[in-house]
This record gives sequence, structure tokens and C-alpha cells, in this order.
Amino acid sequence: MAEVRDIQIPEPGARVALASDELQDMQGEKMVLNMGPSHPATHGVLRIVLELDGEIITKAAPDIGYLHRGDEKIAENMTYTQFIPYTDRLDYLAPLANNVAYALAVEKLMGLDKQLPPRCQFIRVICCELARISSHLLGMGAFALDIGAITVFLHTFTEREKIYNLCESLTGARFTTSYTRIGGLSRDLPPGWVEQCRKFLEEVVINFDETETFLTRNKIFTDRTQGVGVVSREDAIDFGLTGPNLRGSGVNFDMRKAHPYLVYDQLEFDVPYGTMGDAYDRYLIRIEEMRQSVKIVRQCLDKLPGGPVNVPDMKVVLPPKDRVMTKMEELIHHFINVTQGVNVPPGEVYFAAENPKGELGFYINSKGGGTPYRMKIRSPSFVNLSIMSHLLPGHMVSDITAILGSFDFVMGECDR
Amino acid sequence: MTSGEIATQLKAQFGDLISGPAEFRGEITLTLADAEKIADVCAALKKNFGFDYLVDVSSIDNYGDDPRWTVVYHFYGYGHHQTLRLKTSVSEEKSELPTVTTVWRTADWHEREIYDMMGIRFRGHPDLRRILMWEGYPYFPLRKDFPLAGKSSDLPEVGFSRPSPMAGGPFVTIAGGKDTIAREPRIRIPETDALATTNRVERRADIKDAHGEGKGPGPIEPKK
Repeated sequence: MAEVRDIQIPEPGARVALASDELQDMQGEKMVLNMGPSHPATHGVLRIVLELDGEIITKAAPDIGYLHRGDEKIAENMTYTQFIPYTDRLDYLAPLANNVAYALAVEKLMGLDKQLPPRCQFIRVICCELARISSHLLGMGAFALDIGAITVFLHTFTEREKIYNLCESLTGARFTTSYTRIGGLSRDLPPGWVEQCRKFLEEVVINFDETETFLTRNKIFTDRTQGVGVVSREDAIDFGLTGPNLRGSGVNFDMRKAHPYLVYDQLEFDVPYGTMGDAYDRYLIRIEEMRQSVKIVRQCLDKLPGGPVNVPDMKVVLPPKDRVMTKMEELIHHFINVTQGVNVPPGEVYFAAENPKGELGFYINSKGGGTPYRMKIRSPSFVNLSIMSHLLPGHMVSDITAILGSFDFVMGECDR
Repeated sequence: MTSGEIATQLKAQFGDLISGPAEFRGEITLTLADAEKIADVCAALKKNFGFDYLVDVSSIDNYGDDPRWTVVYHFYGYGHHQTLRLKTSVSEEKSELPTVTTVWRTADWHEREIYDMMGIRFRGHPDLRRILMWEGYPYFPLRKDFPLAGKSSDLPEVGFSRPSPMAGGPFVTIAGGKDTIAREPRIRIPETDALATTNRVERRADIKDAHGEGKGPGPIEPKK
């Protein structure tokens, strides 16, 4: 007996069906999640706007510029020497390496790079490699911390503290070193520094071994990193990745080998590179790079020659203070150097150094005089981060920390 | 194959479009006459000459000169380990050139940064937004006529109007103005005297207006 009537309240069965339709709609609906700019896993002030389907990332848009200070504009408005402290604040985890890269760029423009005294070159290499160890230790510690291994972070920070002590006795500052000068260094090694450094190298190698026992064969760590954030060789080159991130994808390229600057061609070291291009490979490369850095510093300490650390040209480096106070000519050079800066010839150069984070390049366009007309800083973190919108989609939300940690970027350098 | 040989071959392919090569400190610079052809030349560089890595794209503001903009590309080849620099000029009226994101995807952020800082647009760019400054910021801060102290704007808290503490002082070079050597009256260096470092001030008096009253002695008048 069929009877047609309007139903005001759906029957229980129909209600479930209706509710499950709504559920279907909700599952299909994308959610936008804002990550950062102050999020511990973004290592500074990176903001990523994520579009999620459940826990899967469907779209990622990095938003940078929260630490933009206009370093390139500032550089146009001061002398070359005055800009050195600003380079400390680019990659603030490896200020010594930035100092060296910047000084070498200006020296290349002046045609001075081949005239640097050997002692200066060796000390600069030591600085670069200590900075690399320091930066990788932090990068690795923070990476492990982000995916839950807190011990590693505390462990690596103990060693970094020793590097900071070395920096302090070398430059007078722990973070903002400003150690290099155009044509040399602000000062020579202090007495006893070489022995301190050797002692540190003995200790830090033990620390690497211990850190590796925490992570390298740790099931949780390998599960979180292997096969996560895989960058193919083609993508790595196409997106301009540099440093450990490029080598992780299997490109055997290192500025120190391909275009040796300073005395890298006289030193023996290997360049590790990966096969998979995943977060785990990038971690392994950083570990091995630190071991190679220790090897480089040891060789430098063994070979360290005597002699001056500055080029013998008072028009470039400041003359010694005792002579400034007693000799007319030195006083004039000192005055001109400080007020107008080093007189740099007109021209343009691009110089790139292999920094801990990748290729740090300075493009300097000079019209002559003591100020650059235009200085472009090609920072590795800026370029490395540009791959994120391509790399993150398809991963789970929890993989973001592993991927960001394995890329090891610094926002001070990215935003400049 | 060295970058000098590559430059010669590239000239043979594109004829008068490419001028140079100029060599300075071991680096080869080529100049492209027509910025509209930049994508074609870049595609050829990648495909035929093995420049698979776009190192950097930067821009220069030749304030007071025409054409005003220079866009500078740096290339590198992982196969042959050679570097090359390519420069091209864009006029202020046009302020536009084709994108090279179709050739290298790394150009994306580099071009966005140039748009953000200089205001040069890249035609065909997939997502040409500001990158370091925020959306809605009214100026292009790396231009030479933008003062170091910043500019005021109608929006509250956007672009500060007070001069920076050192502005106008003896150690602050005014953008587009004289550099430190030209400002110092007691020094004469023959090779830099001849350079046109003071001419830009004479041609564009509005630089001074843009900076307002400085606190220090300010720039000296050009030498008679």
C-alpha cells in the first residue's frame, strides 16, 4: 500500500546518508594553514602558506622578507670597508665565511686576489672551515631537534660554544666577527691560538662520532628522512640549488674544487655527494663535510706560513697605528682610507665562494671611488628556498620540519 | 671550450644583437642590444652551449642616463665549468622585458626580486608579485631616486618619513649623488676626477629635493 507524503524530518537512514554527503564535501574541501613567520621549525622568520587536503600538502607558498633590511641599498651608501660588519649579519651562523667571501669579491675587483700574503690566505681558509663546522653543527642539531631528537641539539651546541670561544680570542667577538679587511685581516692569530684550535679539532671529531651514533642508524630518524624531500638532479640544477643541497642530489660540484680560491688547490680534501637527493642524504653530506673541514684546518695549521697578513699597500689597508701617529704619509693614508674608503677601479665582477649554505656570490658594479655603484648579494638560502613551492606539495604536514631542517637555510641571508 | 670561444660562437649565431665580448678580471661580458630577445638567447645558451645553471639575475639603475635599467644575467655550465655574463638595457618608459622562467625555473624568485626592488616587469612571469616588501608597498626601494632614509606614504606606518640619523652627514652618500671621493674637497685623484660621478647631481636637481634638509653639512657644490 503506497502512500506519498512529504517528509519534514528525514528518516534515520536518510540522515546518515545526508551527513556522509556533508562529510564527503568536507573531505574534498581544502584547508589553508598558515605556518610561521614565528614557528620554531622555520629557523627564523619564514612564513609558508600551505593548502592542505587532509594531511597532504597540495600547495605551498613561501612568504619571505620579514628580515629584509635593505643590505644592497645600504652597501651603495657606504665605503667597502664599512660594509664588512653587514656581511656578519647575512648568514649569521657562519659570519667568518661571509667576511672572507666579501673581502675576496672586493679584492677581485681591485685585482688584489693574487697578491694576498700566504699567511692571510691560510688563516682565511681556517676561518671558512671553522665557520662551516659551526654552521653545519647548528644545522644538524636544529634538524634533529625539529624531528624530535633533542639530545643532538644540546650535544652539537657544546662544540659550537668552543668555536665561539675560538672566534672570540681570534676576532674579539663571538658572533659578529668582522674579521677580514680589504687586502688582509683585522689582526693576526693571537698567541696560543693554534694550540687551542688543534685541541678543539681533537674534541670535535669525537663529537661527530657520537652525533652519528644518535642519528645515522636511528630507526626513527631514518624513517623520518629517507625518501622525504627528494630533489632530482635535474630539479636541483634547474632551481639553482647550491652547496650540500645540490650535492645531495648527486651533483659533484664544489666551488673549492671547481674554481679554487685562496689556497684550496694546495689542500687535500674530498667532496661528498649523495645518490638519492633526500633529506637523509643531505644530512650525511653535512656530517662528511665537517670531517673534511677538520682535515682542511689541520693541514692549514701544519702548513701555516709566517709573514705579514696584509698586502703591503697602505692605500688599501690601514697603516700600523704607531706609524700613523709619527709619520706624515701614513697619517694621510689612514685619513683617506677611513674617510673615503679604498679607491676601487671602475668595472664589474662576480665572485662566488662555497659557503656552508651554498654559493654566496657578490656582484659588484663599480664606477670608481670608495663606494660600490651597485652590489647584488646572491645568497644561497634565497635560491634554495625557491624550490619549496615545487618540493612541498605531495608531502605530509609533518614532513615539512624534516624538509626545512634538511635544507638548512638562514633567513638573515635569504632576506638580506 | 672556454667562455671566450662560446662568446664568439654566440655572436656568430645572433649577429649584431650581441656585442662584446669584454673581458675584465677574467670574466667575459656580452651585451644584448634588444632586451626583447633575451628569452631566445637564454634558451640557446642553455640548449646549445650547456649553460644549465642560471647563477643570478640582477639589475642596475643608471639614474639620469638613458636607457635607465640594465638587467644582468650570470650563467654557469656544470658540463664545461665556464661562466658568462649577459647584460641588456631596458628603457624607463618600457620597464618590461620577457621572462626567462621558461628556461630556468630558478629565475622565478630572481625576477620577482627585481620587480620588487626596481620596478622592472617581466612579461610572461607566472607569479609577478612583490617578494621582500609587502603587497601594496608603493615604492621601489633600490632605485637611485629612493632615499636611504625612506619615504613617507599616505598609509600609516608604511614607509617612515623621518630621516635616518646619519642622513646628510659626511659619511652618508646620497643615492644618485656624489660618492665620498667627489664630496671631499681636499682630495684630488686624477683618474676619478674625470669620471661622471658629479654629473648626475647637476642633471637631476630633484635628488636634493627628495632628501629634504639634511642634518649634516650635506653635499658640496660641484667644482667649477
